[in-house]
Amino acid sequence: MTTTTIPAVPASGNPFHYSKEDFVSGQDVRWCPGCGDYSILSVMQKTLADTTATARENHVFVSGIGCSSRFPYYMNTYGFHTIHGRAPAIASGLKCARPDLTVWVVTGDGDGLSIGGNHLIHCLRRNMDLNILLVNNRIYGLTKGQYSPTSEKGKVTKSSPMGSIDYPINPLCIAIAAEATFIARTVDTDPRHMGQILAKAHKHKGVSFVEIYQNCIIFNKDAFGEVVGRENREDRALYLEHGKPLIFGKNKDKAIALDGFKTKIVDISGGIEGKNILVHNENDPSPNYAYLLSQMDYPEMPVPFGIFRSIEKPTYDEMLTEQSKISVEKKGKGDLRKILYTEDVWTVGPKGA
Amino acid sequence: MTVTPKEKELDSVTIRFAGDSGDGMQLTGDQFTDTSAIMGNDIATLPDFPAEIRAPQGTLPGVSSFQIQFSKNEIFTAGDEPDVLVVMNPAALKVNLRDLLPGGLLVVSSDSFNEENLKKAGWKSNPLLDDSLKDYSLLKVPFSSLTKNALAQTKLKPTEIDRCKNFFALGLMFWIYGRSMDHTIKWVEEKFAKRPDLAEANILALKAGYNYGDITETIPSKYIIKKADIRPGSYRKITGNEATALGIVAASELTGKQILYGSYPITPASNILHELSKLKNFNIRTFQAEDEIAACGAALGASFGGQIGFTATSGPGVCLKSEMINLAVMTELPLVILDIQRGGPSTGLPTKTEQSDLLQAMYGRNGDSPVAIVAASTPSNCFDFIIEATRIAVTYMTPVFFLSDGYIANGAEPWKLPEIDKLKKIEIKHPGANAAGPKLAPFLPFVRDEKTLARPWAVPGTPGLEHRIGGIEKADKSGNVSYDPDNHHRMTELRRDKIRRIADTIPPAEIFGEKKGKVLVLGWGGTYGTIHAAALELIEAGKKVSACHLNYINPFPKNLGEILKNFETVLIPELNMGNLLFLIRAEFVGIRTIGYNRVTGQPFKVRELKERIEALL
Repeated sequence: MTTTTIPAVPASGNPFHYSKEDFVSGQDVRWCPGCGDYSILSVMQKTLADTTATARENHVFVSGIGCSSRFPYYMNTYGFHTIHGRAPAIASGLKCARPDLTVWVVTGDGDGLSIGGNHLIHCLRRNMDLNILLVNNRIYGLTKGQYSPTSEKGKVTKSSPMGSIDYPINPLCIAIAAEATFIARTVDTDPRHMGQILAKAHKHKGVSFVEIYQNCIIFNKDAFGEVVGRENREDRALYLEHGKPLIFGKNKDKAIALDGFKTKIVDISGGIEGKNILVHNENDPSPNYAYLLSQMDYPEMPVPFGIFRSIEKPTYDEMLTEQSKISVEKKGKGDLRKILYTEDVWTVGPKGA
Repeated sequence: MTVTPKEKELDSVTIRFAGDSGDGMQLTGDQFTDTSAIMGNDIATLPDFPAEIRAPQGTLPGVSSFQIQFSKNEIFTAGDEPDVLVVMNPAALKVNLRDLLPGGLLVVSSDSFNEENLKKAGWKSNPLLDDSLKDYSLLKVPFSSLTKNALAQTKLKPTEIDRCKNFFALGLMFWIYGRSMDHTIKWVEEKFAKRPDLAEANILALKAGYNYGDITETIPSKYIIKKADIRPGSYRKITGNEATALGIVAASELTGKQILYGSYPITPASNILHELSKLKNFNIRTFQAEDEIAACGAALGASFGGQIGFTATSGPGVCLKSEMINLAVMTELPLVILDIQRGGPSTGLPTKTEQSDLLQAMYGRNGDSPVAIVAASTPSNCFDFIIEATRIAVTYMTPVFFLSDGYIANGAEPWKLPEIDKLKKIEIKHPGANAAGPKLAPFLPFVRDEKTLARPWAVPGTPGLEHRIGGIEKADKSGNVSYDPDNHHRMTELRRDKIRRIADTIPPAEIFGEKKGKVLVLGWGGTYGTIHAAALELIEAGKKVSACHLNYINPFPKNLGEILKNFETVLIPELNMGNLLFLIRAEFVGIRTIGYNRVTGQPFKVRELKERIEALL
């Protein structure tokens, strides 16, 4: 049980011939009708069925507290619904003890960025091999509608009748600052895109951080509507594709170029040549470019979706296992007798001896 | 050995080394202890150091000390007051002089008594020059200048030379008490393997101190303390935290499990983390977490994964872990929480001892949240009770508190080493792939063992047993989320009863002395040495007193009520304001209980305790 097995990922995926139903637990789903979480759950179940190279019993979903944190109950895998903000800590311990498991963390904007901000940062910077989904709806839903750390300034809620005076935090900036090795953003209303991102997050060795824009239909309806609404999204969202220029707009006539240390929109209706359009490189070892992208926000700029960053470096759990291995090679397998009976031991003989 | 007229034989001696934090007093004390242990004396030590790493030099808050009692008899404490006080500066004299017994030997580093140091320590005049010290046998030794002379041939800087003066002092004490220098010489050679010049200098200083004793005629006497008459066996010197770390390794071997030790640096628990992180060739993984909460969370995550989670801290850290401990209570997963207690509340007295976290361990969580609690009573006893805590945690699927304290964590004693083959294996059974029964039958993670009431420990990776647990109340048997009123009542009772069932597998409490009488002294944890010594001395003096010491606190041993009933008065000495007293009064109605409570950051003195007991006789 203590050995690490990194399952080989077959090119075609789904070596187990799972169906989506194999990942559906028997428990009644208790989210509000129309909640964006339904879509996330469904995409997760389908993505695992289609792509996972890990047996179902080796998947564990760990969550904190909040609406999205009910997620594990609905997945027919091992699951641990823990306490507010602490899922990354518990998942880290699980992964250290059982590197053979595929461990998912499902958290929200309040759970992951407010009460659990510290744990999130540290599990990202350690490159613990976990897949973290941060479901961001910019509101506290389960406690019935208070502003959250990602709520826009001035937001009127039950706890901020005059408008919130908190400046919001950008989840991706946290991930970039902690130099997470896989950072992506997707949205609940685009199952196809979400499925692709989840599959890649799953495949990535090292910590994966996926922000999912989610619609809280009761307390923060259409929080992202202006950006991801069907009518406008092609002009207001930018879909990132590795190796391709940053082009968007209904007519593919707008692109992103650099203007000093900032990004700017340039018109490419007359052609792309000589416009110095940025070409997306998710493998850039420096986090600067990803940070630049993370600063793009509506209405000034289109909002990027897709993989901001995907790099490889040794994972914490891997290095932990490696140190044990090296230690055994150097000192031999631990022998309790040797560390009890050290050279400082003295012996008292029987009386008179 | 022929006894020259200059040599006297003694049963026991208590020496205190005191100096500035930078003077190496802990190291000096450790070396004296190691040598005395190896020479066959019984030993007990009391290191006492400030929380500041280096308080301003020469000041009263910067004084660090190390007390050791060594004896030809069996001893239980580091001694109430020193017979011998070695002070390296005026501040150390100021802080420690009040503890030296009249007539005691006072060894003073005389050349540190300059105007500046005297002023820093608040001496109005130089006590070496007036009659302030007339009640003591004063030995003025210019440690600095003698060390300087001895190391004149070395190429060290003057500051490096001055730092060797503790070895000069140690050498002198070795001579006075007839100790061999061999062990320390070997230790210095290993410690300074990369700086042979420093090794040589320290050894020169040590030998110079020893020879100084031999040639000077100012030393009143030389002493012999014979080997202690102790049980045959193999022994080593051990501190509580060392024994705790070794206990964790043993627990891993006895369960056949990997242990994940999650910890965040905190005094006085950190050196357990240091010890374990050196032992990566065992089935131990250490995780230095971002905070106390994550340390506990990681441990619990490991337990969910089928390994055993340990987390260690002191009182302030327990505050932070409470929520996670409660999750362990609710999800019924094994977890061992080590609380190396220190003075509180809040940051309190980080480097001083106290026993004031017992009620926190017992009750410091929301809801009805029972946990098992065991407490170690001596440094070496930490080894045994870490194993016990592990056994209880995995047998009953519960978090278990292991309480130690600053005194036994840092204090040392000789440890009669266990025979490894005789340590009892701890059996763990995980349900296998077919445990859910006929295909498609759901696995029920909260069906209980009839005897222990423990739930099955099904681990991720087992096909067919996929299940979800969490902090929300669960339906009996299925473990599904349940808000049913009667179910919650039943589950609360089950969690309580499960902890009570632990009493079925723990040994009865033992009485030292008569089984019936006027006064029973009831203690728990790290006060064992003092209580036992006080009771023993009174019994030897013909007084009728009995003592009982608890290692198991939740649940109590089954026979405890019977024991208490047979005494007119139960005296409960604790280094807190009455934690066990509260629990005993709650559990055993009609027993006359009196607390004896001291919170000075120091262990009880045997003398004080004897006086309190005698007042009841």
